[in-house]
Amino acid sequence: MPEYVLSVGMEVHAELLTQSKMFCRCPVAFGGEPNTRVCPVCLGLPGTLPVPNRRAIELVMKTALALNCTIARHSVFHRKNYFYPDLPKGYQVSQYGETNPIGYGGFLEIPTAEGGFKRIGIRRVHLEEDTGKLMHLPSGGSGIDYNRAGVPLMEIVTDFPPDIQSPDEAKEYLAQLRQILIYLGVCDGRLEEGSMRCEPNISVRPQGAEKLGTKTELKNLNSFRSVQLGVQFEMRRQIATLEQGGTILQETRGWNEANESSFAMRIKEEENDYRYFPCPDLIPMEFDDPFIDRVAQEIPELPLAKTRRYQDELGLNAYDAGLLISDQDWADFFEKAVTLGGNPKLVCNWMNSDFAKLLNESGQWVAGERERTRVTPTHLVELVKLIESNSISGKMGKEVFAEVFATGKNPQAIVDARGLSQVSDSAAIEAWVQEVLDAHPDVVESYRTGKQGVIGFLVGQVMKRSQGQANPALVQESMRKALEP
Amino acid sequence: MSQPLFAQSAADLARRLRAREVSATEVAEAHLDRVSATDPQVGAFLTMPRDEVMADAAAAQAMLDRGEGGPLCGVPVGIKDNISTRGVATTCASKLLENYVPPFDATVIEKLRAQGIVCFGKTNLDEFAMGTSCENSAFQLTRNPWDLDRTPGGSSGGSAACVAAQQVPLSLGSDTGGSIRLPAALCGLVGFKPTYGRVSRYGLIAFGSSLDQIGPFGRTVEDVALLSEAISGYDHLDSTSLDRHPIQTNALKSGSLRGLKLAIPDQLMTDEIQPGVRATFESALDLLRKEGVEITPVSLPSIQYGVTTYYIIAPAEASSNLARFDGIRYGLRLEGEGHIGNVATTRGEGFGHEVKARIMIGTYVLSAGYYDAYYTRAQQVRALMVQEFESTYRDFDAVISPTSPSVAFRLGELKDNPMAMKLLDFCTIPANMGGFPSISIPAGLSDHLPVGLQLTGPIGDDERILQLAYALEQALPPTPSPAMG
Ligand SMILES: [Zn+2]
Repeated sequence: MPEYVLSVGMEVHAELLTQSKMFCRCPVAFGGEPNTRVCPVCLGLPGTLPVPNRRAIELVMKTALALNCTIARHSVFHRKNYFYPDLPKGYQVSQYGETNPIGYGGFLEIPTAEGGFKRIGIRRVHLEEDTGKLMHLPSGGSGIDYNRAGVPLMEIVTDFPPDIQSPDEAKEYLAQLRQILIYLGVCDGRLEEGSMRCEPNISVRPQGAEKLGTKTELKNLNSFRSVQLGVQFEMRRQIATLEQGGTILQETRGWNEANESSFAMRIKEEENDYRYFPCPDLIPMEFDDPFIDRVAQEIPELPLAKTRRYQDELGLNAYDAGLLISDQDWADFFEKAVTLGGNPKLVCNWMNSDFAKLLNESGQWVAGERERTRVTPTHLVELVKLIESNSISGKMGKEVFAEVFATGKNPQAIVDARGLSQVSDSAAIEAWVQEVLDAHPDVVESYRTGKQGVIGFLVGQVMKRSQGQANPALVQESMRKALEP
Repeated sequence: MSQPLFAQSAADLARRLRAREVSATEVAEAHLDRVSATDPQVGAFLTMPRDEVMADAAAAQAMLDRGEGGPLCGVPVGIKDNISTRGVATTCASKLLENYVPPFDATVIEKLRAQGIVCFGKTNLDEFAMGTSCENSAFQLTRNPWDLDRTPGGSSGGSAACVAAQQVPLSLGSDTGGSIRLPAALCGLVGFKPTYGRVSRYGLIAFGSSLDQIGPFGRTVEDVALLSEAISGYDHLDSTSLDRHPIQTNALKSGSLRGLKLAIPDQLMTDEIQPGVRATFESALDLLRKEGVEITPVSLPSIQYGVTTYYIIAPAEASSNLARFDGIRYGLRLEGEGHIGNVATTRGEGFGHEVKARIMIGTYVLSAGYYDAYYTRAQQVRALMVQEFESTYRDFDAVISPTSPSVAFRLGELKDNPMAMKLLDFCTIPANMGGFPSISIPAGLSDHLPVGLQLTGPIGDDERILQLAYALEQALPPTPSPAMG
């Protein structure tokens, strides 16, 4: 049995986070009663004309720049002509050609299992308008909801021949891309709701073969998991078909999430002729350096650069850094705490453990629309410093943090109010130690006869006497010293 | 005034309305009566919404009473039935849109209403403005008031006939390849196609988007200039609209013919020009020379490819523009088999022969494998033609030629000769190719039928072209009105 090589091309559609649609002023929002966000323009009524949404153009350019693309100096909108009920004008305004899209010839880096990075070539990043949506009516028959018609849509297509060669890489590409889009604020990346849609085309070929195999296109993938499973399923199905002497049909297949398999939707008999031509209702876009520079300035530090910096400059490991950058506001919180003088490693540990757990339980978050946490970066820095200076123990820290989380009070204030300050005064500790030794002569005796494990009991008694405020490390040390003959 | 109201110029009516010598209601009634008396023979109007007309007139009078309204307040204007009017059927003379009532006004209509200009019924045209005789209307024939057996020309035949028959002093048409200027010439009128982008296309049901332009018909240059001023100016709803002020009329009458330099292209003085037309045109030129106009033959070689080029670009754009008429959202809807069957039946039954022919030509020239040979090549010729005109404008004030190679032909005469029909536009097409302002004014009569003379100038020189046309009009013998009713 020959080895097979997998090739996966990715076509991703992302709905842009603009206030209004691509060519009219209708609002962009998820859901809504059918046909309530429409106007003569996005319904394609005769005589209406498109007026491009400048912000949408900027968002696509921002993405293209972040994906290391060349920016077209001269870029036009084309009409893609075909008949379909969800297409109000009988054509979709899109962008055609190799060097015409707003961005082309870029790449995205994904981390590899070996700890390195792999470049995935990006062929094009272009702007188009979304279509309406066919719906089956409860009363029977079908209707069309045009709320989505004309919503600005960005299409990101990987290079050909594709660089992605495994289901994991396909998933990782999508994950990285999604994170970048969210960081850029161009798309909310909701795979389940369809604001970000991924259609991989998949082919296999025997190792050493020059020509790519016949590809199938996979639809209905609405999670990272389904992308990974879908690509894997298609790869195995195609290999099995070839092994049995069969041929792969060029077709579009749907992904069935329930039984984790793909099914044939339609066979591509011939390439559609969309008769692309420049849309005469829209004037060509000309982008000069000042415009491109202004857009470039909007780009924040991207996730990959951030993880690298966290590892190289702040000494975090890849796993921790990855958790911190998984959300931009989370990373911002971390960076603020570090700027305020917090030890990066300790701040990171608190964030990724207790803080994350409490946020998760309460449904709160550090920013945005969800209920806002009362914890500030200043709080966290204060807490970390109290522990670092042995003013409180780590265990106490957990209690204090829980109270900060619940009340928004300063850690120091909580420590003072509760009298939680850790006792590191050696005279006080030595006094407690002596009291315990005097109270338990039998235990001291068994220690001296070799049962050294009982020291735990003795230390515990000291902690009890100190009401938990004694510095445990100092108690341990002092106890050991006192027991020495 | 001995002249009946309907025979008066728009400028005179406007003055008398403003002076309260006559009311807007009286003016509207006089013209409605004139329509009742003459339109059974002429057939200019497809829809005459009397109630709306009288309501508009009352609104205009209220403006006049308050000292408000524009210079043409209270003057009735006929509207070509491819310009969207809120609440009044806009059919494009097509069965497909027979019952279509737009929910919005075209920008030009909004402007008319804001100035108190009375929208006076919807005029007949070749279906979707495709034709040169008005015979492609799905609903009725329009006859030339000069000879009821002859065509008024097209496609804005109704808008020309209603002004020539003194049913209205002014009307709006649209000009894609000569659809204003040709019928103006054939009906003895002034017809003006402003610079592309100087009048908003929003609400004009598109035929060839890169060529279409709304413009006025009138019996005098002054009237046409006044209506040009009323409808022009930048429109944020039309991205192709020019960021210029409305067309000014203050210097209309201050032009002089002495020293004026006009170029006459050899390629527009071919054997296609009927001897009678040529003779009338030449004698007009003689009169102009006597007034000190310098007329010089020039060669603009690409003009000879004008018609061919036009019949690639216009149908290409039309094939896409007309794709929205699928019967789903508005207009005619017929059942077939499945979605594509519905669309095919609706369009097959709904469109007339000429429209279908142009859609097929357009679809063909945009198809993969033919695009470069036809569409790309046509755009190259177009660019060349524009260059040739622009270099001519460096040495000349304007380009002059006959507007039409022939006088009005008999209805049905060219029915079996579509090529001859299309060649009628060969003098007018270049102005659409370049977006140049171009006007046709009466040059005299040939065999008792009007002959038109055309002036075309550089982009944005609308005021200058109107000024020259006004000066020419004063130098040429006045054209009488046809004897009607
Ligand atoms: Zn809209």
